[in-house]
Amino acid sequence: MKFTEGSEIRDTRAPEGPIEDRWEKRKFAAKLVNPANKRKLNVIVVGTGLAGGSAAATLGELGYNVKSFCYQDTPRRAHSIAAQGGINAAKNYRGDGDSIYRLFYDTVKGGDFRARESNVYRLAQVSVNIIDQAVAQGVPFAREYGGLLDTRSFGGAQVSRTFYARGQTGQQLLLGAYQALERQVAAGTVEMFTRHEMLDLIVADGRARGIIVRDMVTGEIERHTADAVVLASGGYGNVFFLSTNAKGCNTTAIWRAHERGAYFANPCYTQIHPTCIPVSGEYQSKLTLMSESLRNDGRVWVPLRKGDERAPGDIPDDERDYYLERIYPAFGNLVPRDIASRAAKNVCDEGRGVGPGGLGVYLDFRDAINRLGRDAVEKKYGNLFEMYERITGENPYDVPMRIYPAVHYTMGGLWVDYDLQSTIPGLFVIGEANFSDHGANRLGASALMQGLADGYFVLPTTLGDYLAAGPFGEVDEQAVAEAELKVRSKIDRLLAVNGTRTPDSFHRELGKLMWDYCGMERTEESLRKALDRIPELRKEFWENVKVSGTAEELNQVLEKAGRVADFFDLAELMCLDALVRSESCGGHFRAESQDSEGEALRDDESFAHVSAWEYSPDGEPVLHKEPLEYEYVKMTQRSYK
Amino acid sequence: MSFLEMLDVLNERLILEGDDPIAFDHDCREGICGMCGMVINGVAHGEQRATTTCQLHMRHFEDNATITIEPWRAAPFPVVKDLVVDRSAFDRIIQAGGFVSVPAGSAPDAHSIPVRKEDADAAFDAATCIGCGACVAACPNGSASLFTAAKITHLSLLPQGQPERLSRAKAMVDQMDAEGFGGCTNTGECTAVCPKGIPLDTIAQMNTDYLKANAK
Ligand SMILES: Cc1cc2nc3c(=O)[nH]c(=O)nc-3n(C[C@H](O)[C@H](O)[C@H](O)COP(=O)(O)OP(=O)(O)OC[C@H]3O[C@@H](n4cnc5c(N)ncnc54)[C@H](O)[C@@H]3O)c2cc1C
Ligand code: SF4
Ligand code: FES
Repeated sequence: MKFTEGSEIRDTRAPEGPIEDRWEKRKFAAKLVNPANKRKLNVIVVGTGLAGGSAAATLGELGYNVKSFCYQDTPRRAHSIAAQGGINAAKNYRGDGDSIYRLFYDTVKGGDFRARESNVYRLAQVSVNIIDQAVAQGVPFAREYGGLLDTRSFGGAQVSRTFYARGQTGQQLLLGAYQALERQVAAGTVEMFTRHEMLDLIVADGRARGIIVRDMVTGEIERHTADAVVLASGGYGNVFFLSTNAKGCNTTAIWRAHERGAYFANPCYTQIHPTCIPVSGEYQSKLTLMSESLRNDGRVWVPLRKGDERAPGDIPDDERDYYLERIYPAFGNLVPRDIASRAAKNVCDEGRGVGPGGLGVYLDFRDAINRLGRDAVEKKYGNLFEMYERITGENPYDVPMRIYPAVHYTMGGLWVDYDLQSTIPGLFVIGEANFSDHGANRLGASALMQGLADGYFVLPTTLGDYLAAGPFGEVDEQAVAEAELKVRSKIDRLLAVNGTRTPDSFHRELGKLMWDYCGMERTEESLRKALDRIPELRKEFWENVKVSGTAEELNQVLEKAGRVADFFDLAELMCLDALVRSESCGGHFRAESQDSEGEALRDDESFAHVSAWEYSPDGEPVLHKEPLEYEYVKMTQRSYK
Repeated sequence: MSFLEMLDVLNERLILEGDDPIAFDHDCREGICGMCGMVINGVAHGEQRATTTCQLHMRHFEDNATITIEPWRAAPFPVVKDLVVDRSAFDRIIQAGGFVSVPAGSAPDAHSIPVRKEDADAAFDAATCIGCGACVAACPNGSASLFTAAKITHLSLLPQGQPERLSRAKAMVDQMDAEGFGGCTNTGECTAVCPKGIPLDTIAQMNTDYLKANAK
């Protein structure tokens, strides 16, 4: 795949000056909208997860006229609901040395020096307000006997700053945001559109002015115009088919905005989560995550000897390899995700993996149960143990869990500036859908933090600044009609093929290809193979896919086909991005770029930049580099040893 | 193979044979989003207790068994297509009062109000409702009491929920009635199928708050 290189991105609109003052400065400089005018300003928010739900609720509270969209039957089911482990915040309630600066530092380092300092610092600052907000909403976080909030530690950090609600932190935080959102629906500031899928962005006179959606029940194509559009449509991990994401997670909203001119940043940055339940059969439709919080008390090991087929309980301690503790004595089982995942892959590649196909490692609670007692372990992890047993039929109190890495999160996403605005004026992108805060690797419990920081606190300020110049008047009819036509013809095209393979079968094949060639380890050779193979498969898709039913009804096959079509295009860009970035960093491991001990080797000379890709209809994307500068955290090779 | 993967296989076959696949709702496939839900062999979410449809596995069914699958049946949940129903009535019950009125940015420090661990834990238990609607589907009266009571109980156990406690209970119960859900006659069918084990005594809590609100 060819590409060209365009101009550098120099201005990200972050204020200058000491890093701790930048957000204050930005807030003060932001223009305010007078309350009477807010009602006349229309905002569209696509997505009702932590990012979109909190944003729509807050914009409604401020008095804007909001339309909120999701593809599920109710906003409460957004994929954020599934987050288990917790949410970080620099509260330092434990007095264990945490601070805003330390959270900032950990996040920049954890992201392997590929995130923007200004954004990350703001995230750490705002993190403390999120906990206050959630508690006031009645989010039932775990508490200690004294009545104060409990915390736990999470991968990549040596302090205990992760707040949690048993193993259902995402659910409880999302319900808090959902309830705030429904309160605004009742107040008449937010109009809710469930079972509506965004299929295109309307850009008129250089501004984002609305979206084209399909009513998933009637099939009707609708136009919605506004003064600004916010995308909070989540991540694109499902490009791999098997991932821990909900089945409906897709790239359609951001990809189609990308086709309209929004740059796509760092598409190759994918997070592979180390603790998932291994694949068990050919019909597998998704993978299930076991919260990383399990690594607090569970110990990861494989047999010392290759091909050791004894039951785990029969393998004595001195014949076990607690490889994370051995290789990384300082962090042990709590090393960041990318490191833990690759270490698991390495021991399995050596032939020491356990379970069917040798694709698994043990996560063992024997010592924790002996130390803390079964009750204490059950209190902490009961629901996770139960989830594991349900799926595998094995009881983790008696036999160690088997885990293997799986695709979990995508750090890449639409490029945004400090204000969370994309390269299309009036198009803002928040939550997992943007690329902004996690660099090349996200730390555990930081996605919930980022989604809520964006939605409750950052966007409402920066969007106000943009809207202060509005309302922007009638939307050019031609632009709307053109977008609608594009959507209709894509649907017609999909229905017209009438081939012999289902959308799912293409998706499975694409996913396997991506996992094999653009997964945990990438090489020039594998990526070139993928770049050869994807266009062939896409061609076959457009010639041979079978979509049953019609466009004018609830049609889940049609929905799926549209999403798979976009995954093909995204997959190609991911592989290109991974090929061009010939260094290793965070979750992006290029086998050619490793040190003598097999750790990821960054190349700061050539790659200390964000890769922001501009869409080009002729198939030759344009690469714009945004240089990254580190004024506060000194760039070093990460070490968790 | 999970139950929904079995339906996937069936649907793949139907599509290729030129038939319409069976429409069903699902998303997380791990028992937390509340999107899936069907009556399997006469029981909402199937016979296995404390389980959502998506968490069922085929190893719990006998080989060659015939399995009957139906959508939720309740007047306030109209069928959209095949196994897909419209549960938006639940959203409207929450809109009536299932929240704490606290605009973003107005919250005091999280540690300014300690909460007894027992209360926090009990509130959490009630808050785990996933809004799936199995309780309604299983109830002979088509009552949404367990769903409504779970939210009322969650918020009324916490200090943050106190100021709006009675008005919330009244508004939510009134909305539940307005949506056409039936009354509760304590059959307990709801908790029996509830995948999250929401206890029946939440309904007593709801009734207490509701009566108090009406006595005011
Ligand atoms: C199993 C699991 C566990 C996790 N645990 C943690 C954790 O413990 N801590 C942590 O910090 N992070 C965790 N994460 C990551 C975190 O949950 C997500 O990154 C985060 O919730 C994403 O939130 P979001 O608001 O950006 O998007 P989502 O919650 O994914 O919401 C996307 C929204 O967009 C809508 N949408 C998407 N496409 C369209 C379209 N085309 N048209 C209309 N609507 C659309 C959807 O309906 C949905 O409402 C976990 C992730 C997984 C998969
Ligand atoms: S109370 Fe139980 S059965 Fe009813 S909606 Fe909630 S989780 Fe589902
Ligand atoms: S699909 Fe989410 S609970 Fe079953």
